[in-house]
Amino acid sequence: MSFIEISNVDLVYGKPGEKSTVNDTLAVSDTSITIEDGEFLALVGPSGCGKSTLLKLIAGLIRPSRGSVKVSGQEVTCPLKIVGMAFQNATLLPWRNIRDNVMLPLEIVEPYRGRHRQDRAKNRERADILLEKVGLAGFAEKMPWQLSGGMQQRAQLCRALIHEPSILLLDEPFAALDTFTREDLWGVLQELWEFRKCTIIIVTHELREAAFLAGKVSVMSSRPGRIIKTSSVDIPRPRTLETTFEPQFVELVQDLRHHISLGKTS
Amino acid sequence: MIGHLCERFAPWLTAMAAVLLWWAMVLVFDVPNYVLPSPWEAIAALYEYRFALSVHGLSTLWTTFMGFAVAVVVGMILGILVGSSRLAYRALYPLLIAFNSVPKAALVPIFVIWFGVGKVPGVLTAFMLSFFPVVANVATAFATIEPELLEVMRSLGATKRDITLKVGIPRSLPYFFASLKIAITLAFVGTVIAEIVAGNSGIGNVMLVASSNFNVPLVFAALIVVSIMGVGMYSVSDFIERRLTSWSVRPQGAAVADRGQLASAGA
Repeated sequence: MSFIEISNVDLVYGKPGEKSTVNDTLAVSDTSITIEDGEFLALVGPSGCGKSTLLKLIAGLIRPSRGSVKVSGQEVTCPLKIVGMAFQNATLLPWRNIRDNVMLPLEIVEPYRGRHRQDRAKNRERADILLEKVGLAGFAEKMPWQLSGGMQQRAQLCRALIHEPSILLLDEPFAALDTFTREDLWGVLQELWEFRKCTIIIVTHELREAAFLAGKVSVMSSRPGRIIKTSSVDIPRPRTLETTFEPQFVELVQDLRHHISLGKTS
Repeated sequence: MIGHLCERFAPWLTAMAAVLLWWAMVLVFDVPNYVLPSPWEAIAALYEYRFALSVHGLSTLWTTFMGFAVAVVVGMILGILVGSSRLAYRALYPLLIAFNSVPKAALVPIFVIWFGVGKVPGVLTAFMLSFFPVVANVATAFATIEPELLEVMRSLGATKRDITLKVGIPRSLPYFFASLKIAITLAFVGTVIAEIVAGNSGIGNVMLVASSNFNVPLVFAALIVVSIMGVGMYSVSDFIERRLTSWSVRPQGAAVADRGQLASAGA
């Protein structure tokens, strides 16, 4: 049994409680995928293909119209609390400094929630350790607007990880950044994954990003989204920017690109 | 340096210019004082009737403050409700808009029938006039929370209460204070209308009595009192706003931490 099992899932976006009609959008169709504990999976595909929808299904934010989503053998029926999420926008709270932003999940998720007041000093330390890991040591007291976009994304990653989730869901987290910052953050994310060893699922349309980060890449077709190919990435870690120029890496990216264009036409 | 001084004194200079223009018009066109008194006559009346004006002024201030306080509490609660629940929005918003489009002055006689002459109609009119901007602004703040942020919160298992307390209310504060500045001035309008139509005390009542005696300088003195109180209350909300929502105003010319600093931090 795999950690995350998605079997034959359909998802129709329509008005809830009404009978489905032809006008409703079929976002994901007959999709199956399994993800092992501690795996790093990348979902790639053309825009609007239902990649983000798949993430929301795993997080339990939406329920599938058909099929089942299971995490550690349990059907997902409500938002999972073992999940951390990060998005393209950093969505930090502008009235909190960086450290307090990072500590937000500890005020919400059990068992941290009940102990937040007495553990405050310990929690601050945890936040500072994570911030140091992503290269934000010394920025804990700064307000979000004082940080550049890339630094805000680093802080967002810390917020997603502070409550030690077993699944980290990333929805195009680096899409709005410039190439240099993005490539820096690939390294940061890879390090975080080795440090925490949680399961990571990243949605991206940047194929080099997928190949650099993931242990397994799944390609989705255009809407309605369906997984058309899953390939494992056998490039040894830690991967560096030099890795991206090696023939094996370039070949993998070409192959993924080929499958995406196949998925668009089919 | 000169530009800085100009900026600092600009509001006082324009105010003085307006008063001088008023004075010049009175002198040039030789307006009789039962039509438009000169600023000097208004100020003289202010001094002459200082005792009555301060008693009635305080009465108006108190009525306004009561109506305003109720409007803030009710407005905040309704705003949170309407902004965070689609059902509440569908159910309540049309009704609120309908209430808001009723001409409030027309309600004063009804309030008098119900509650008699006195402070209550004033409090109610001030409330009716000032609660809607609070509702609309708080509702907007709640309705425009970024969907991604909501997803982050919900994926952590946050309840509606968590989201309201940790995201909604802090996020709505700048909107809320912006609405307070509008609401407080509207509350004064409401009180004065009620006092003119059906008051036995307050600045509005003073103005009614003074104008029926053709004591126009006193009417203007009363107007000065109301505007001073209005500006005062506006400044109080502005002060509280600055203290509580400083995060929403970026200091001008503040430098964003640069990449050099990040590199030295060990990125």
